[in-house]
Amino acid sequence: MDNDETLLAVEGVTKAYPGVIANDKVSFSVTPGEVHALLGENGAGKSTLVKMIYGLVRPDSGRMLWKGAPYEPATPHAARSTGVAMVFQHFSLFEALNVAENVALGMEDPPPMRQLSERIRKVSETYGLPLDPDRLVGELSAGERQRVEIIRCLLQDPKLLIMDEPTSVLTPQEVLILFETLRKLSHEGTAILYISHKLEEIRSLCDSATILRLGKVVGTTNPRESSARELAEMMVGQTLHTPSRDSADLGDVVLELTNLSVKSSNPFGTSLKAVSLSVQAGEVLGIGGVAGNGQDELLAALSGESLAPRGAVKLKGQEIGHLGPNARRALGLLAAPEERLGHAAAPDMSLTENAALTGTIRRNLAKNGFINWSATEDFANEIIKAFDVRTPGPHNAARSLSGGNLQKFVIGREVLQQPDLLVVNQPTWGVDASAAADIRQALLDIAARGAAVICISQDLDELMEISDRFAALNEGRLTSPRPAKTLTVDEIGLMMGGAHDMEVAHVDA
Amino acid sequence: MLTLEKRPSPSRMWTLLTPPLAVVLTMIAGGILFAFLGKNPVESIRTIFWDPVFGEFAFYYRGQLLVKAAPLILIAIGLSLGFRAGIWNIGAEGQYIVGAICGAGIGLAFYPTENPLIFPLMIFAGALGGWAWAMIPATLKVMFGTNEILVSLMLVYVAESMLASVSSSLLRNPEGMGFPGSRNFKDFPAAHNDYLIESAGIHWGVVAAFIAVIFAYVLLSRHILGFQIRVTGQSPRAARFAGVNPSRLILFCLGTSGALAGMAGMFEVTGPAGQISIDFNSGYGFTAIIVAFLGRLHPVGILLAGLLMALTYIGGEAAQSTLGLPAAAIQLLQGMLLFFLLAVDVLTNFRIRFGKTEAA
Amino acid sequence: MDLSSINPLILLASIMVASTPILLAAIGEMVCEKSGVLNLGVEGMMITGAVCGFVVAVETGSPAIGFVAAALGGAVLSLLFGILTQYLLSNQVATGLALTLFGLGLSALIGQGYVGIKAPVTADVNIPLLSDIPVIGRIVFQHDLMVYFSIALIAGVWAFLKFTRAGLVLRAVGESHDAAHALGYQVVLIRLLAIMFGGACAGLGGAYVSLIRVPQWTEGMTAGAGWIALAIVVFASWRPWRVLIGAYLFGGVTVLQLNLQAAGVAIPVEYLSMSPYLITILVLVIMSANRSRAALGAPAALGRVFHASH
Repeated sequence: MDNDETLLAVEGVTKAYPGVIANDKVSFSVTPGEVHALLGENGAGKSTLVKMIYGLVRPDSGRMLWKGAPYEPATPHAARSTGVAMVFQHFSLFEALNVAENVALGMEDPPPMRQLSERIRKVSETYGLPLDPDRLVGELSAGERQRVEIIRCLLQDPKLLIMDEPTSVLTPQEVLILFETLRKLSHEGTAILYISHKLEEIRSLCDSATILRLGKVVGTTNPRESSARELAEMMVGQTLHTPSRDSADLGDVVLELTNLSVKSSNPFGTSLKAVSLSVQAGEVLGIGGVAGNGQDELLAALSGESLAPRGAVKLKGQEIGHLGPNARRALGLLAAPEERLGHAAAPDMSLTENAALTGTIRRNLAKNGFINWSATEDFANEIIKAFDVRTPGPHNAARSLSGGNLQKFVIGREVLQQPDLLVVNQPTWGVDASAAADIRQALLDIAARGAAVICISQDLDELMEISDRFAALNEGRLTSPRPAKTLTVDEIGLMMGGAHDMEVAHVDA
Repeated sequence: MLTLEKRPSPSRMWTLLTPPLAVVLTMIAGGILFAFLGKNPVESIRTIFWDPVFGEFAFYYRGQLLVKAAPLILIAIGLSLGFRAGIWNIGAEGQYIVGAICGAGIGLAFYPTENPLIFPLMIFAGALGGWAWAMIPATLKVMFGTNEILVSLMLVYVAESMLASVSSSLLRNPEGMGFPGSRNFKDFPAAHNDYLIESAGIHWGVVAAFIAVIFAYVLLSRHILGFQIRVTGQSPRAARFAGVNPSRLILFCLGTSGALAGMAGMFEVTGPAGQISIDFNSGYGFTAIIVAFLGRLHPVGILLAGLLMALTYIGGEAAQSTLGLPAAAIQLLQGMLLFFLLAVDVLTNFRIRFGKTEAA
Repeated sequence: MDLSSINPLILLASIMVASTPILLAAIGEMVCEKSGVLNLGVEGMMITGAVCGFVVAVETGSPAIGFVAAALGGAVLSLLFGILTQYLLSNQVATGLALTLFGLGLSALIGQGYVGIKAPVTADVNIPLLSDIPVIGRIVFQHDLMVYFSIALIAGVWAFLKFTRAGLVLRAVGESHDAAHALGYQVVLIRLLAIMFGGACAGLGGAYVSLIRVPQWTEGMTAGAGWIALAIVVFASWRPWRVLIGAYLFGGVTVLQLNLQAAGVAIPVEYLSMSPYLITILVLVIMSANRSRAALGAPAALGRVFHASH
C-alpha cells in the first residue's frame, strides 16, 4: 500500500466494552476520492469503528494515521478540524431549531447566521439538494433532514465523509440522487466511508469494501467483482435460508379501513389522511414508505392506541374504531410496534411481566383483575422456547436481551396468541440476519394458518420477500395496494414518492 | 475517573441495600453536622436513633413510634402509587389539612350527640375531603394537561389559608373564649380517635395504616391495576400499548393518595392533635415524600421507612430537650436522608467502574 | 373599608419590588430548563439564598456582599442537585423535591440566631434626570439596584439565547442531548452550568426577600415564591420577556391583595392571601389548555436523564 496516497489508515484498532469486543484488531485504509464500504450486520462493530474515527470513542489499542501522521481525535471537534465529517443515521438534528441553526451547531467556526443561510442556499443548489435554511427541522421529511446533515458536512470541505446507513430513510429515486451527489464528491477528491448492510447499493456505488463480522475484519474486496451472495455469506458467516411459504387460499376480509383520518399525537408527527384498505385472511399486506410518513400513526390507529370514528376501522365486519387496545385484542387484532424498548416492551421489567403486557386477555392470565403470575411465567417460557429467545430465563429484564432476541420475544408473544390480524411495524429493524429470517418465517407461517398480516416496514427487500400485496405511505396517505409480484423498483419508488392518482387508476381498471 | 455502566437488569441486592446504606451515610453526615454545632456526635446520633427504642424511657417512646409513623405511612402509601406511575402528588399536606377539616367538621356538627355511627362517618368525610382536594389537580391534568406538581403544591397554601379561616371562624370552639381553634375531641367521645391499646400507641389511624400497607401490597404485586401503575411509570408508551387508560390512572392515583392523606389528617386531628387549630398540621404531607422514596415505593419498605422517620421525630424531640439540638437540625437530617438515598440509588441500575472515560 | 387609601402610584412602585424575587428565580429556572433540566428545588435554593444573604449582610453590614453570598449559596446548593442528577443520574423530580426539603431545613438551621434582627438598609439608586421626571420618575426610576439588575438580566438572557453561539448550544442541549453529544458538545458540563446559574438567580431572589422586601429573617419566609417562579416559566412558554410579564403580573396580584387587606375590604384576610396561589393555578390551566409542545416552546429533552453509553 502506498502510504503517500493513503488518507486514513486504521491499524489494528481494538475497542472492548464489558462483555463484548466491539472491534478486534481492525485494519483498513481509505485513499482520497475512494468510496469505501464498511459492510456488516447489526452488531458487527461498524458504528463503534466510525465513532472512533469521529472522535466520540477512543480505541483501547491500535492506531490511526491521517496522511501518514498519527491521528487521535479526542473529540468530534478535533475530528472536524482535521477534515472528517459524518452524516448520522439518527440523533444529530434538533427538531425545534431551524436548518441554519442545525448546520451551525455541526460546524467548527460558523459564519454569522445571515451569511450562513446564503451559503446553505448556494451549496444546496450546487449539489442538487434544495433546502430552505429558515425552516424548522421538525417540519422536514426524512430525506430533507438527511440533506441538512449532508450540507452541514459539505460546508466544511471535508476530506473524509462518513455516511452511516444513509439510504434507510430514502425512496429509491432519492437514493439515486444521493448517489449522484456522492459520486460528484468523490470525483472532487473527497473520500467517502459508506456504512451499510445493503449489498446492491454497495455494489453499485463503492470502489472497495471492508467486511466486518463480530468485530473482526473478515475480508476486503472489490464489491463490483463479487456477487451479492458472496458478500452476504462473508457478512453473515453462514448460508441463510430464504423464508418460504405454502400458498394459502385467501379467505374473508379480516380488516377494513375506510377513510381513516387520525391526527398525530406528536407535534412533529404525520397525521393519517383518509387511509382505506382491506386485508383478507391468509394474506400478507406490505406497507412501505420512507420513515416519518405516518407508520407509527398507522400502527397506533390499528392497535387502538389512538382512537378513530367507529366505522373507520372494521374487524371481521365489526366496527372497532372506538375501541381501545385490549378490546381489540379480545377480538383478535394484535400488534407489535417498531420501538422495542419502551413501546413493545418495558425495558426494566422482566420477560414474565412483559408477557403480561399484552397477553392477559387472550391467554386468560388474569381472573377478576388478579394476575396469575405462574401462568404468565409459563407463557413467557413458551415464547422463549418456541422462538429460540436467547436469555437465561424469564426473570431477566427486557433490556438485557439483544435487539434480535427481544424482537423475537415481542413477535412471538403476539404470534402465540393466535391473532386473526397481526400488525407489525419494522419487524426486523436492527435485528441480525438469522433472527430476521426467523421473524419473517413466523409471519408467513401465521398467514399460512389463515391469519391476516399487515407488515409496515422501510425495508423494501423484506416487503418484496413476504408480501402478497404492497402499498406505500406518503405524508399520511396510503396508495392503493397492488400485487407485489408484478411491481418494478420504479413503480415502488413512485408509490413511495406519492404518485397516488396513478395507482388508483391502475387498481380500478 | 469513575464511569457508570448500565446493568443488564436492575440489581436486586442493591435495591434492598441502598436504603440502609443511605441511613448509615446520613448518620455519619449528621454526626459531622452535630459536631459542628458543638454537640457530641455519637451521643446525638444515639439519642435520635437508639434511645427511643432501647433506652431508659423506651417504654414511653415506643408507643409514640406508631402514633407518629401512622400518618406518615398512610400518606406515603398513597403517594407511592402515583410516584410509581410518574404522577407527582406533592400536595399531600393540603389534602391532609382538608381531610382533617372535613372529618372534624362533620363530627363537630353532631356535637354533643353520642352515636357509634359518627366516627365512621367522620372517617368517610375525611377521606372524601382529601379525595376531593386531590381531584382538583387530577381533573385539571386530565382535562387540560396541567402540571399536577405545581397545582397540588399551590393547593397546600390555599388549604393552609382555609385552615386559618375555619379555626378562627366556622369551627371555632364557641366556649373557647374567643381563642382560635375548635373544640377538643377528648371532650366528645363519639368523635374522639382514642387509643385502642394505649401502651402500644395503637389508634384507628394505625389500624388504617396497616390495612393500607396490605392493600397496596396486594394491589401492586397481584392486581392488574397495580401492574398498570408500574408499567406506566417505567414506560408510558408501553403502558398505552398495553391498554392502560392514562386518564383513569391519574384519577385513581391522585384520588387514592388524596383520600389516604385526608384520612390521615382526620385521624390526627381527632386523636393525637385533639383539635383543629391554625398550625395543627406539622409537615407530615411533605415528610411522607421522603418516607415513600426511602421505602423504595414498596409497601413493606414504606412501613419500615415510616417507622424510621417517626424515630427521627421522636429522637429529635428528645435530643432537643436533653442536648439542646435545634429542631431545624432534625429537619435537615431528614432532607439529607433523601439526598443520600437518591445518590446511592445509582448503584441499583449502574455498576461503577474505575478507569478511563469515553470522549472526555 | 377605605379603598381610596390605596394610592395607585405607590401600588405600581411596590409591584416592582414585590415582583423582583420571583423574576430573578424564574429567569434562572428558565435558563436551567432551556438546557433540559427541570429543577424543582427553586424554593429550597431561594430560602437558602435568603438566609445566606441575610446572615452575611448582617455580619458584614453590607447588603452587596450579602447578595453575592446569596448567589453563591444558591449556586452551591444547586450544584448538589447537579451532581445527583447529572452524574448519579437520579430522578430530577425527586431530587428537586429533596433539594427543597433540604434547603428549608438548612436555612432554618443557619438562620436560628438571626430571627428578629433587622437587615442593613440597601440604598436606592437615584437615576439622575430620569428620577426627576414628575410622578413616573419616582415610581420607576427610584429603586434599589437589584430591581434594575433583574430587568437587565432578562435582557441579557434574551440576547444570550437569541444571538450567541453559546446560547444556541444551550438550546440544542435542551432539545436533544443525544444529538448534542453526537456532535461533540459536553452535555453534562453545559447542564451543570445552567443549573448553577439557576441556583445563583434563585439565591439572589431569596436574598431580595430577606434583605429588601421584608427585610428580616423568618423561617420559611419565601412562602412558595419558588414554586410560583416555576409556574411562571410555564406561563412564559420559556421566553425571557414573558417571564418579566408573568412575574410583574404575580407581583401585582400579591401587592393588590395586600393593599386590599390593609384597606379592610369585606373579604376575609385568608381568602385574599390565597389569591396569588389560585391565580397561579388558573394561569397554569389556561397555558396548558393549548397542548401542542411547539406552541408552548418547552425544551424537548426537559427532565429526561442523559447517559452517554457508547
